[in-house]
Amino acid sequence: MSLWKHHEHVEKNSILLLILILITVSIGGIVEIVPLYTIESTIEEVEGVRPYSPLELAGRNIYIREGCYSCHSQQVRPFRDEVERYGHYSLAAESMYDHPFQWGSKRTGPDLARVGGKYSDEWHVAHMIEPQAVVPESIMPPYRFLIEKELRHDDIADHLRANRAVGVPYTDEMIENAVADLRAQANPELGIDGLLERYPNAHAANFDGNPRVVTEMDALVAYLQILGRMVDFSQYEVEDLIQ
Amino acid sequence: MVESSREMPTSSDRNSAPEPATTGHSWDGIEEYNKPLPKWWLYVLYATIVWSIGYYVFYPSWPWANGYLRGVLGYNQRVELEQTMVAAREAQGALLASIDAAELPEIQADPDLRTFAVAGGKTAFADNCAPCHGPGGGGQVGYPSLADDDWIWGGSLEEIHQTLLYGVRFGHDESRISEMPAFGAMLERAEINAVAEYVLSLSGQDHDAAMVEEGSAVFADNCAACHGEKGDGIRELGAPSLADSIWLYGGDKNSIVRQVTQPRHGVMPAWIDRLDPVTIKMLTVYVHSLGGGE
Ligand code: HEC
Ligand code: HEC
Ligand code: HEC
Repeated sequence: MSLWKHHEHVEKNSILLLILILITVSIGGIVEIVPLYTIESTIEEVEGVRPYSPLELAGRNIYIREGCYSCHSQQVRPFRDEVERYGHYSLAAESMYDHPFQWGSKRTGPDLARVGGKYSDEWHVAHMIEPQAVVPESIMPPYRFLIEKELRHDDIADHLRANRAVGVPYTDEMIENAVADLRAQANPELGIDGLLERYPNAHAANFDGNPRVVTEMDALVAYLQILGRMVDFSQYEVEDLIQ
Repeated sequence: MVESSREMPTSSDRNSAPEPATTGHSWDGIEEYNKPLPKWWLYVLYATIVWSIGYYVFYPSWPWANGYLRGVLGYNQRVELEQTMVAAREAQGALLASIDAAELPEIQADPDLRTFAVAGGKTAFADNCAPCHGPGGGGQVGYPSLADDDWIWGGSLEEIHQTLLYGVRFGHDESRISEMPAFGAMLERAEINAVAEYVLSLSGQDHDAAMVEEGSAVFADNCAACHGEKGDGIRELGAPSLADSIWLYGGDKNSIVRQVTQPRHGVMPAWIDRLDPVTIKMLTVYVHSLGGGE
C-alpha cells in the first residue's frame, strides 16, 4: 500500500492535511445533509400541523430555558411498548415548525410528545408548583416561581418574525395580532375567534386561574396542552406514513 | 543523540527486552516505535466493514438525491411496528376480540373476560389515570376516589364508561358538565356561614346548632336544587353528596365556605380520542372492580 508510505508528507504539510480533512468531512456532511433538502418524503404529508400560537411559542421558550428536555424527550419511537404507553409514534412532520426540535435523548421523566389533553390545566398547574403534591413518588423538581412571574411578551411579535425567518409560515396577520392572541389565549373572555381561526385547535383557558396577569405558568401549560394534538391520526393508515 | 537517550538507565526489565522496530521517521531526533494494532482487532474492524456492506444490501441505508437505498428486504420500521401490533393483538386475539364485541355486562359476567379486562385495565390505569386518581384509584383532594361507593356521576358500568369516553367539563361535545354558582356574590356572609354550619350538620360533624335553622332555609332555597333536599347529591347534575364523610375538596368548615364562595370545578379528560375502545372497556371494568361498582 503505497499510500501509507506517503502519510509522512501529509503529516508534515499542515495545509495539505487541512485540505484533505476538509474534503473527508464534507463527504460525510454532503451524504447526510443534502438529501434532507432534496428528498421530498422526509416529512410526511399530514394535515393539521400549524405554527405555534404566540402563547404556546412563549411557553416553548420557557420549556427550553428551564431545560425540561434534560429529563423529558418528545419523541415516541415506533416500538410497541412506546406506542402502547404514549400513543401514536411521532412524525417528522410534527416538529417541522420546531426550531430547534425538542426530541431530547433522555427520559428521567416520561415522554411528553403526546401529553396534550392527557391532563387538565389544574393538574398541570398543581404538578408544576409541586409535583409531589399530585404524584407522591415523583422526583421532578418544583417550578413554583412560574406562577408568580409575569410573562414578558412585549417582544412576542419579534419571536414570530424570527421563526418566520427560518421558515415557519407565520403570516403578517399573525404577527400583527401576536400580542392580542397571546393575551386572549390566557383569558378567553377577551374573545378567541381570531385566535382559533389563526391557530385551529388552540386550547384557550385561564390556565393558572388568574385572568388578570399572563404568567409564565399560563404559557408553559398552553404549550404542554398542544403537544401531540395537531395531527388527527384516525385519518391515516400506516401506508400513508411510509416513505 | 538518539543513542544517548536509549542508553539512559531504565528498569532492568526494559533493558533486557529486545528493542522494538521504529517506523523510521524522525522528528527533531524523536523517533516513533512501530507498534501495529493487534491482529484480532484489525480483523474485527475488517469484519464490521464487510458486515456493513451486507447491511446496505438488505436494509435501508444510503440516502441520495431524491430517495434512499431501500435494501432488498424492503424493511420499514413503521411497517414492522404495525406487524408487531397486529401479532400482539392476534396473540391475545380471542380475548380482545370478545371484549371488543361484548357488551359491558357480558364482560363482567364471563370470568375469563373479566379477569383479562381487569388486568389490562390495571396497566392502562397506572399510565393514564393514577397521576390524578392515585395508584389504585384511592383519590386525592380534587380527584375523587374510584374505590368507594360514593359516586359523583354514577358507578354503574354504563355510567363509568360514559365518564371515561367523554370526560367531565373537558370541552368535548359530549362531556359531562355542570357548574356550581359562585355564591360569594349572591349570598350575605352570614348566610354563607349559616349554610356551611348546616352542611356540617348533614355529615354529622360538630356544628353550631343555633345556625342550623337559618342554614337549612338557605340550603333549601339555593342548594337543594342541585345537591338534593337532604343533601345527598344528584348524579344527573354531578352534584356530590354532602351528607357523607367523603369530600372532594375537604369537609371542614373553611373548605365548605371556600367552595360556596368561589367554587372549584373538577376537570376529567375525555379518553375517546386517546385510547382505543377495547382499552376503555377494560378500564371501565377495572374501575368497576375497585370496590364501588354498582
Ligand atoms: C429532574 C428531572 C426532571 C425535570 C428537569 C423535569 N421533569 Fe417533568 N417529570 C419528571 C419525572 C420523574 C416525572 C414523572 C413523575 C411525575 O409525574 O411527576 C415527570 C413528569 C412530568 C409531566 C407529566 C407527564 C405524564 O405523562 O405523566 C409533565 C407534563 C412534566 N413532567 C413537565 C415538565 C416540564 C414542563 C419541565 C420543565 C419546566 C419538567 N417536567 C422538568 C422529571 C423531570
Ligand atoms: C387530569 C386528572 C384526571 C385524569 C388523568 C383522570 N381523571 Fe378521572 N376524574 C378527574 C376529576 C377531577 C374527576 C371528578 C369530576 C367532577 O368533579 O365531577 C374525575 C372523575 C372520574 C370518574 C367519575 C367518578 C364519579 O364519582 O362519578 C371516573 C369513573 C373516572 N374519573 C375515571 C378515570 C379513569 C379510568 C381515568 C384514566 C383513564 C381517569 N379518570 C383519568 C380527574 C382525572
Ligand atoms: C347548579 C348546581 C349547584 C348548586 C345550586 C350548588 N351546588 Fe354545590 N356543587 C355543585 C357541583 C356540580 C359540585 C361539584 C364540583 C366538582 O365536582 O368539582 C358541587 C360541590 C359542592 C361542594 C364540595 C363537595 C365536596 O365533596 O368537596 C360543597 C360543599 C357544595 N357544593 C355546597 C353547596 C352549597 C352549600 C350550595 C348552596 C349554597 C351549593 N353547593 C349549590 C353544584 C351545585
